[in-house]
Amino acid sequence: MKKLNILIAAILTLVWTPSQGQTEKGSVLIKNATVLTVTNGTLEDTDVLVENGVIKKIGKGLSANNVTTVDAKGKFLMPGIIDAHSHVALDAVNEATAPITSEVQMADVVDPFDIGIYRALAGGVTISHAMHGSANAIGGQNITLKHRYGTYNPEDLYMKEAPRTIKFALGENPTRVHGRGKNIQPRTRMGVEAIIRNGFNEALQYKKSWEKYNNDLKQKGATPIPPKHDARLQTLVDILDGKIIIHCHSYRADEIYALINTCRDFGITNIVFSHVNEGFKVAPELAAYTMGASVFADWWAYKFEVYYSTAYNAAILTENNVITSINSDSGELIRHLYHEAAKTQRYGQLNDEQALALITINPAKQLGIADKVGSIEEGKQGDLVLFNEHPLSVYAIPQMTFVDGVKYFDIEDDADDMRIKVSATDTVEPIFLKEHDHNCMHGVDFFFNNFGRSLFQHSH
Amino acid sequence: MKKFNSIIYLLALIFIPVMAQAQFDGEFIKPRNGKFLLQNATVVTVTKGEIKNGSVLIVNGKIESVGTNISAGDAEVIDCTGQYIYPGLFDGGSRLGLVEVNSLPETQDFAEIGQVTPNMRALVAVNPNSVAIPVTRVSGVTTTLASPSGGLFPGTAALINLNGYTGDQMFAGFEGVILNFPTSARRSTWDRRSEEEVKKDAEQAQKNLNEIWSKATKYQELKAAEAELTFYPEMDQLAKVIAGELPLLVEVNAAEDILSAIKWIEEKKVNAILTGVAEGWRVADKIAQANLPVITGPMLSIPTRQSDRFDAAYTNPGKMAKAGVKVVIRSNDAENVRNLPFNAGFAAAYGMGKEEALKAVTINAAEVFGVADKLGSIEAGKDATLFVSSGDPFETRSQISHVFIDGYRVPMSNRHIKLYQEFLQRSPGLEK
Repeated sequence: MKKLNILIAAILTLVWTPSQGQTEKGSVLIKNATVLTVTNGTLEDTDVLVENGVIKKIGKGLSANNVTTVDAKGKFLMPGIIDAHSHVALDAVNEATAPITSEVQMADVVDPFDIGIYRALAGGVTISHAMHGSANAIGGQNITLKHRYGTYNPEDLYMKEAPRTIKFALGENPTRVHGRGKNIQPRTRMGVEAIIRNGFNEALQYKKSWEKYNNDLKQKGATPIPPKHDARLQTLVDILDGKIIIHCHSYRADEIYALINTCRDFGITNIVFSHVNEGFKVAPELAAYTMGASVFADWWAYKFEVYYSTAYNAAILTENNVITSINSDSGELIRHLYHEAAKTQRYGQLNDEQALALITINPAKQLGIADKVGSIEEGKQGDLVLFNEHPLSVYAIPQMTFVDGVKYFDIEDDADDMRIKVSATDTVEPIFLKEHDHNCMHGVDFFFNNFGRSLFQHSH
Repeated sequence: MKKFNSIIYLLALIFIPVMAQAQFDGEFIKPRNGKFLLQNATVVTVTKGEIKNGSVLIVNGKIESVGTNISAGDAEVIDCTGQYIYPGLFDGGSRLGLVEVNSLPETQDFAEIGQVTPNMRALVAVNPNSVAIPVTRVSGVTTTLASPSGGLFPGTAALINLNGYTGDQMFAGFEGVILNFPTSARRSTWDRRSEEEVKKDAEQAQKNLNEIWSKATKYQELKAAEAELTFYPEMDQLAKVIAGELPLLVEVNAAEDILSAIKWIEEKKVNAILTGVAEGWRVADKIAQANLPVITGPMLSIPTRQSDRFDAAYTNPGKMAKAGVKVVIRSNDAENVRNLPFNAGFAAAYGMGKEEALKAVTINAAEVFGVADKLGSIEAGKDATLFVSSGDPFETRSQISHVFIDGYRVPMSNRHIKLYQEFLQRSPGLEK
């Protein structure tokens, strides 16, 4: 009988394996690299051993049997780069139909065929936070992706260990889409603040109605009627219960401060501000009450609310002890986040460790995955990128990128054409002169009726 | 009474200066010219090698002398020990000065209504007081081509120096008419036209172009014969191109289109510069054969085709240069023209090499724009348009310490820097 059980279990395991999405884990020994650990300084001529997707050992003179060895003498090894704000590998970005759409999930629209994933790997990025757009005050739930390029199964890209996150948005985008586009609230920053505050209050009521129902159930002989399930409000309840991290698109100091206050009123501490061009103006508040700021290195002046920006934003935030990351929000920028991080040395003279933290351990903290990735430490996941020169040099070129110890990019070996799907309808491959860079407003371009001009320009 | 009057006068004399002079804190630093000696630097002349422990003497807007033993005389001495002096960097194409806030139509002065507007001159619309200009020039980018965009002939681009209070004070000596060559490419990943539509649009544009060009040729012939012509400003401007008075900046990117453009340029015998040229690497030999200079960029952009290698845009300028094309780099940006040196850095890293990349943003640009007698290198007699850097200006961490444009020492400040100064340690902080 026992034998039969084991047999059944084995068969079930075999059958279930694909649906459980067990992703590939690799082993590799990288020898003699300059290891930029981020959390534990720089280790010269050091080996890093990854076994079954996990960093097993860091030290000198390591050896391992049956493991691929990479000679990295003269090269620089850093943790896989993490992009805390991306829209790569998404089929859709905005559900711009209501000021609150917290029921929507980006996990449903992950496109494993997007060549953008491979291009990001070629820039050393191993994890991206695939976000809903900025059309709504409270947008959809995001999904944290590991760049396991080559799979046909969207679920293989999910970083299942990552906590849930959600997109919020303040300022010009939600007021333009809803207020000016549809003549409903919010049209102003007052409206945005009220929409969010009202949403949380409604969620509290919803939570209470379920608590009452659950209490009533305990009464003897009770037959209470359950409240109607509402995925939108339940998501807001989960935010209030600390189960979801907010990543909020924001620009101006006043709107950032207003949401900080709202969150404090509702006891929410899991909030990261994204873009946050004027974050430097409220750096002490961001440091005291939030999980920090995820910024652009130097983008400004593409719209009015970013006119009073400074390229010193990341440096000011860092020096004020705000957890700070640099994100891409772009399929182009994601390819050279190491260079974007280096700009904090031009603008604010951050040291190497501070600058590297902006694209590794800090975004990991903001995504709630810092115990698993974001630095080179024993026990962390084997997400690594090898550079020919120091990654903060403009001349640095990524050589190899590993996710879970599996090599997904190799500048020497990879084919030029890395598509895994080719369009069946194009007879001639389309030529695109540029990536539309500010993707936050993807799908709502019809609200920008600027004589059709801004259709092909910045509008995020 | 007289006595009383004089008391009032006396009081007035005491108080008037106080009332007339409001109490401002700090001093506004203006660009200023004069005599300056930049001492003890490594002078990277670009055309004549590097001079260790070198000095540059600037007098009345010009480089008076370059060398190792220059006496200061009455010049203001600026010690540059351990630093490097480079000629000002060129951006071969941008909208800097033609737009202030990109999403606001009220501030967009780069695209006029109409398909054929070659007579729209960028120089008249450049805003000398754009906040982005001081933000740009502290990076060492001193000279940019202000380029209109939009229709088939969107206007006339102008080369400007990033200091001055009028277009004429900024003008750096080059204008060129822009032609957006009919394209088989899509403008961006948001351009959702079908294959058929793209093809049809390109054919229509080609037909329009040829018609307009033959009209302009006729117009020029009549003008040369001193015929009395009906006022036709668009044709008048194109006629200048046909007469060879103004070059044609031909914006073209897809490989197939580049070949068509080369053929068209040879047929029409136009003095042309190719711009954009994103797929130049596919037909680099053909461009070199045609002996056409190229202004390309940004390097920091995605490959034009999904099937292309990830670094296609990074390697493009290097591949063209290797084939023998004279390459100039552009940012094609507006507020972030300061990224031009980083674009050059990527080009250098991905095959172009540092020396060639430096030429692409200095002497090559000066030659292509016909201003190499004044700009593009550090040589006696040229304009004092140069900067001092802690190191390689393409290297991200380098700090630029002084910028001179036309002999004017420009303030190393701008709104980005002022905000840094105000907010690095805000007062009051968290608690008031």
